[in-house]
Parts: sequence; structure tokens; C-alpha cells
Amino acid sequence: MIQRILALVAAVLALSGCGYNDFQRLDEQSKAAWSEVLNQYQRRADLVPNIVATVKGEANFEQETLTRVVEARAKATSIQVTPETLNNPEAFNKFQQAQGELSGALSRLMVVSERYPTLQANQGFRDLRVTLEGTENRITVARNRYIQTVQEYNVLARSFPTNLTAMAFSYAPKPSFTVANEAQISAPPTVDFSASKPKP
Amino acid sequence: MPLALIRKALVAILFIAILLPWAQADGVQAVPALTGPVVDQTGTLSASDMAALEAQLHTLEQTRGAQVVVLMVPTTAPEDIASYANRVANAWKIGRRDVGDGVLVIVAKNDRKMRIEVAKALEGAIPDIAAARIIDGAMKPRFQQSDFAGGLGAAIAQLSARIAGEALPAPEGAGHPSNSTDGGRDGFDWTDLAVFLFFGVMVAGPVARGIFGGRLGGVLMGGGVGLLAFVVTSSLIVAGGAGLLALLYTWLFGGTGGASPGRGRARGGAVAGGWGAGTSGGWSSGGGGDSGGFSSGGGGDFGGGGASGDW
Repeated sequence: MIQRILALVAAVLALSGCGYNDFQRLDEQSKAAWSEVLNQYQRRADLVPNIVATVKGEANFEQETLTRVVEARAKATSIQVTPETLNNPEAFNKFQQAQGELSGALSRLMVVSERYPTLQANQGFRDLRVTLEGTENRITVARNRYIQTVQEYNVLARSFPTNLTAMAFSYAPKPSFTVANEAQISAPPTVDFSASKPKP
Repeated sequence: MPLALIRKALVAILFIAILLPWAQADGVQAVPALTGPVVDQTGTLSASDMAALEAQLHTLEQTRGAQVVVLMVPTTAPEDIASYANRVANAWKIGRRDVGDGVLVIVAKNDRKMRIEVAKALEGAIPDIAAARIIDGAMKPRFQQSDFAGGLGAAIAQLSARIAGEALPAPEGAGHPSNSTDGGRDGFDWTDLAVFLFFGVMVAGPVARGIFGGRLGGVLMGGGVGLLAFVVTSSLIVAGGAGLLALLYTWLFGGTGGASPGRGRARGGAVAGGWGAGTSGGWSSGGGGDSGGFSSGGGGDFGGGGASGDW
């Protein structure tokens, strides 16, 4: 009788050898890393209205750039993202795409704003620019940490014998950040200054 | 094919397999050694300048506990200064262990770029805009005059003022240098050790009892487990407890020898074998920047905050 009990206890504890505890830990870790990424994206989205308001005060600013930023932000914040997005690769990609568009629109805004010396001299705008740069750095760090955590988790979910535990407890591999449109990013950006002349 | 040729081919493959990891795949620079609060790889600062800056930084660490480190490198290529600074700061982990209050001031002399990288704990004291103001106000004009020591000194003074305004935990007394060798033990996985010892005793207990007899077998098991636990954890309490448990288990459940050791061994062996792979991840090794007089607190977590500038 006691042999059977001991066998049962041994079988339960053997799960730790097949990575059950590691799955719990890494699952929670990747959720935490994902929350941090969302946190930083939200921080950037909160900055955008301030930037737009500061730039609007500048006469003759290229309206198209501003509109694009406002639209991209609206799109990015309209996507409902929760920790469960991690389990849904399609929603994840949509979110990633929307944030990528916002990044593109913001960087274009920053490039265009360099042609406006009064804007450059505006201390408020410079402060906002610093804060935006800091937020972009934080987003990068949060993404890197998320990628590393998810890599650990995915390796565990796909290696033998822990993939058996994964299948038994339905721990699917999680999506990671990819570079969408790699060809487009590899090509150097062209900035055309001939379109509109800046106001002196 | 002749055996000698096969043997040579295997040796060649072995050499390549061993040497290949030495080739840097990425090409990013190695993290510099943290030899002191001021690390100057460009040779710009004179000995007296360095001593003055180090005195400033030591004072800050002793009065407020925060660790500010100055790093001067020729260039951060191929990375940009923000990713290099973040990587180095996270590798060094400057800042007290449970507070994480560290700041890295980095100057890439040939790139003419500088950055103040702020740990998460100090982002309230030194927000991005404040860091940018310190760079523009204290560092940039002086660096343009090639007065690096002056620029860094002024920056440290302003950083100290900002840190002083923050309600951080008081530093420990001077007799408690942060001991980075303990870092490894903190990350130690107790559950893995406990499970390992559990199986070890289940397997070895009946065997010891069978070979040495009840009393002696128990004592040996207790002694062995206690010794192992002490070596790993350096804690007499844990070692004593573990040894006592092993002793009791072997005396009570060790079985009468004969058939049971065989059965216990087979069952425990199969489980412990497929299980050994799981423990290997649980043991972490410590280690951090360490040198006479200055060592990293080990707590810094750098999330990308701070500001960059150039001159």
C-alpha cells in the first residue's frame, strides 16, 4: 500500500522533471513582459496628443503629416489588447502592425519638423521630443525582454520531453515580434525636401 | 576509407566545433570591465581628474546609496549609443540590490555622443527631460571646449542634487560592502534541491540500510545529505534540517533490505534519470562586477530611460 502511495507521489513530483513548473514560471514571465510592452506603447500613445497640439501652433506646418499621426494613433489605441492576445497570433499581428504605423508616422513627423526653426527653438517641443525618444527606447527594451522570455518559453514548449507536457496542458508556443515588411525597412528612407518650402 | 583519414577528419571537426563559438556572430563590442566608478577606455582623463570624479561618486554612494558610474569609450559602433548603454548598464547591474538605483553616464568620444542611462528606480528623480537638460547644460558646452573632466564633474553634481531630492532607502553603514558573491545564492532554486534530495534519499536510503544496517545506514544518509546541503547552501540550519529528515526517513522507511532496495532503486532510478535534466536549469551562478573598493550592487534594472546628446 505504502509502495503505491510512494509511486503516486513520485509520479506527481516527476512532472517537475518534464518542465511543468518551468512552464508555469515562463508563462507568467511572458505575460508580465507583454504587459510591460503594452505599458510602454500606451505611454507613447499618451504623448501623441501633446506633440500634435504643440506642432499645430506652428503656422504652415505640413498638415498631411499631422493628420497621419493623429489617424495612426486612433487606429493603434482602438485595438483592444489584453494578455490573451498572446494566444491569438492574428490579433497579435494586427496590433503589431498598427503600432508600426504609428512609429512610422511619428518618425516622419520628427523629420519634417526639422525644417521649422521656430519649432526647433520651442523648448516645449524639444522636451516632448526628448520624452518621445525616451519612450521609443523603453519600447525597444520592453520588446527585447519580451522576445527573450518568449524564446525561452517556446524552446521549452518545443523540445523533447517538455513538449509532451506542453501538449498535455495545452501550452502552445507564443507569438513573437517580427519585422513586418523586412524589404521595405532594409531600403533606406528617402526624404524629399522639394515638395514644400519652409516658412523663414 | 582508411581509419587514419577518418580519425583526422573527426579531429578537424572537433577543433572547428570548439573554436567556432569564439567567433563573434554579432560583432557588437564586449562589455567593459567595471574596474571602478570611473572607467576611462580613451585615456582622456588625467589621474587627478579621475581621482576627483571618483571621490565625488564615492561620496554620493556613501551618503545616498545610489551608484553612478562614468564610462568613456572611443566608440559604440556598430550599435547606437542607446542600445550600447542599455546593454552595458544591464550587464553591470549598478545600483543597490533591493533598490536598483543606478545611473550610467557614457561618453563615446570619437562618435561625439553622450548618454545618461537611468535605472527604473531613479526615473522619478531623473526623468528624461532632466537628463536632457543636464546633457545640454552641463556637459555639452564643456565638451565643446574639450573640458571632459569639468563636464562630467558638473553633470555628477547635478545628478547628485536630483538624487538627493528623492526619498531613497538610507544606505548601509560603511562596514557592509555589497557582496556580489552572494548573488548566486539568491537565485538558487530551493524546490529543485528539495526534490533532488527527496529522490536521492528514497533511492539511497534503502541501499545504505541494506549495506550498513539500520542504525549506521541512517546515520550515514543523514550525514551525507547534511553535508551536501551545507556545501550548497552554506546554511547550518538548512543542512541540519535536511540531515535530520534524511536520518528519520532512512530509519523509518528504509525497508528491511533484501527485496525493497531493488524495487526502490528501480523506481527511483527511472524517475530520477528522466528528471535530472530538469534540475540543471535551477542552479544559477553568481558573479558581477567586482574590484577592490568598488563593486556593483547588483540591483540595477535599466529600462531604456534617460537621454542622449552630442556635441
